[in-house]
Amino acid sequence: MKRNFLPVALGAAMALTAGAASASTLEDVKARGKLNCGVSTGLTGFSFTDDNGEWQGFDASVCRAVAAAVLGDPNAVEFVSTTGKTRFTALASGEIDMLARNTTWTFSRDADLNFTFVGVNYYDGQGFMVPKALGVESALQLDGATVCIQTGTTTELNLADYFRKNNMSYEPVPIETNAEARQNYLAGACDVYTTDASGLAASRASFENPADHIVLPEIISKEPLGPLVRQGDEEWSDIVRWVLNSLIIAEEKGITAANADDQKAKSTEPGADTEIARLLGAEGEYGAMVGLDNDFALRAIKSVGNYGELFEEYLGESTPIGLSRGLNAQWTDGGLLYAPPFR
Amino acid sequence: MSDKSSIAYVATEEKPQRPAPASTTGVLGWTKENLFATPLNTALTILSFLFLAWMLPGIVQWAVLDAVWTADSYRSCLEISNNGACWAVVGARFDQFIYGFYPHDLRWRADLAFVLLCVALVPLLWDKTPHRGKMMLLSLLYPFVAYMLIWGDGFIFSEVESKKLGGFLLTMIIGVSGIAFSLPLGILLALGRNSDMPFIKSLCVGFIEFIRGVPLITLLFVASTLLSYFLPRGTNFDIILRVVIMVTLFASAYMAEVIRGGLAALPRGQYEAADALGLDYWQSMRLIILPQALKISIPGIVNTFIGLFKDTTLVSVIGLLDPLGLTQSVLADSKWNGTVVELYVFIAAIFFVFCFAMSRYSMYLERKLSAGDRH
Repeated sequence: MKRNFLPVALGAAMALTAGAASASTLEDVKARGKLNCGVSTGLTGFSFTDDNGEWQGFDASVCRAVAAAVLGDPNAVEFVSTTGKTRFTALASGEIDMLARNTTWTFSRDADLNFTFVGVNYYDGQGFMVPKALGVESALQLDGATVCIQTGTTTELNLADYFRKNNMSYEPVPIETNAEARQNYLAGACDVYTTDASGLAASRASFENPADHIVLPEIISKEPLGPLVRQGDEEWSDIVRWVLNSLIIAEEKGITAANADDQKAKSTEPGADTEIARLLGAEGEYGAMVGLDNDFALRAIKSVGNYGELFEEYLGESTPIGLSRGLNAQWTDGGLLYAPPFR
Repeated sequence: MSDKSSIAYVATEEKPQRPAPASTTGVLGWTKENLFATPLNTALTILSFLFLAWMLPGIVQWAVLDAVWTADSYRSCLEISNNGACWAVVGARFDQFIYGFYPHDLRWRADLAFVLLCVALVPLLWDKTPHRGKMMLLSLLYPFVAYMLIWGDGFIFSEVESKKLGGFLLTMIIGVSGIAFSLPLGILLALGRNSDMPFIKSLCVGFIEFIRGVPLITLLFVASTLLSYFLPRGTNFDIILRVVIMVTLFASAYMAEVIRGGLAALPRGQYEAADALGLDYWQSMRLIILPQALKISIPGIVNTFIGLFKDTTLVSVIGLLDPLGLTQSVLADSKWNGTVVELYVFIAAIFFVFCFAMSRYSMYLERKLSAGDRH
């Protein structure tokens, strides 16, 4: 969660003035035939390369869904790997059309950097991992601990805030990357490793004996991660927002990649759920309102699956990462996922 | 005159040579001379052997004996062998580390570009090449051929975007073009810095001092982020081209200083002799000064080359996926998360091969060129 505001703000201002002259992002993407999508250079479960050299993951799938909706082909994506330092400039300068890179939605990024966050695809939060042998059961018992922490991130600030608030002291062990943190933590260079809870789960899954380590129950920050686009092109931000919402609504309505076509056929029968009919393009002219055809959501769902399917495939309990839905469950299951109605 | 000669015995035949004492030849002699010559050497030798005996078994155990060569994930590596290397990850991702995201069916073009690079290097590196002059002209064409092969020209070869380049292919592109362009640029800068013309001199001094005063990573950030603001939106100034330019400028500033060292080491008489022969500036540089100055500078030049080649790994900071950058996206795959050391050892080994080759070649060149100095 790195930041570098000054050059970005400077650049965003310039890019906006330059951007006013060029065509809309949707037209650019259609003319190019490819969606340029920024992803992380590597974050377990969210974006990674598979053995065939293809980008996969929870974030990468958002890119594929948008490509399927706009261009009709989930593989019409040019993935641009961005680091914490280059991600915002890549978006502001127009090198990428959208950024799906575990980026925390904050006030200043939204307002000052001139980006539009279109929603949240993962509610994360900062947590702590300790070896079981330490006998610690709560983060409040960590007074005096040595903590492995990634430098220059919001997690560093959160950590300082949390320990100060609870009158505890700690000794930071600054590290640069997740891989470095893993080695340091396993070698015993620090008692505690802190980063986003999803990252902790991913690291823990790669240990030889995952059961020897526990993630403490305290979550000390809000990290709503979501895709974002440049501010000022409302049509484009609507498209990305509603593709994401479609995946969430699809799960709520029980539409999966496999049964989407059936659901669409059945949705016009009397007594069927009309929201399904609207979402899948069997009723109304909703696609035209964002400059697409009526099947855009259907294509997105068919190509990557609904939100729940994506979660299970890349992060869920059947994967080595083994995250439970938690906050990321549908609102009907006590989670925070609550997409506005498709109407 | 007496019959008896004052000399009792005159050898009429040369005595057969006797072999050197066993203790000074062969394995024993070499060992004695090189490993146990003095008490200090003896102590150091024993210490070194103890160190090796302490380290090697563990390394061999990890890297060879307990290693897993084929598996489909890190988990299954651990199931097969708990404390050995998981080389399976290198096998599974080998193509990715070599070509990055280069399209599968076009990879022969990258291979061909590499083979042609080796061919083009022969006349440049080996002075006994048959028809060397003509071959060198062909080598001059190589950059264009390589560009056409790797990026495509849209007519014969389909185009490949820079975003698809990665792995050692990217390292080679940046490293080789940086090396090829920084030497001539460095020579010009060094000559400019020694020039009598104040404008050229101050320009060169300013450039060299500015570039040397800035970390490479800053220049890379300028290339990746700042430049895209100054150019109008939508202009596609290729990111790899930008990086190559920055790396070349960076290396050429160091190169200029290395060569200036060589120029300064030449005795003044050489310059004056060149003038006395009536040669103009370029003639004297080409025929007398530079051949000697460059020869002196070889170790420094190769040093800069090797440094540049290794510095190419910094591009991972701006999101280009060179081998080190790729490790992140490979480790993010939960199948292989945890194979950190294996990947780094693999990358280090490949870098070592290239850097070691460069260093051996420079030693060969030095030996060859210094033959004339032995009187």
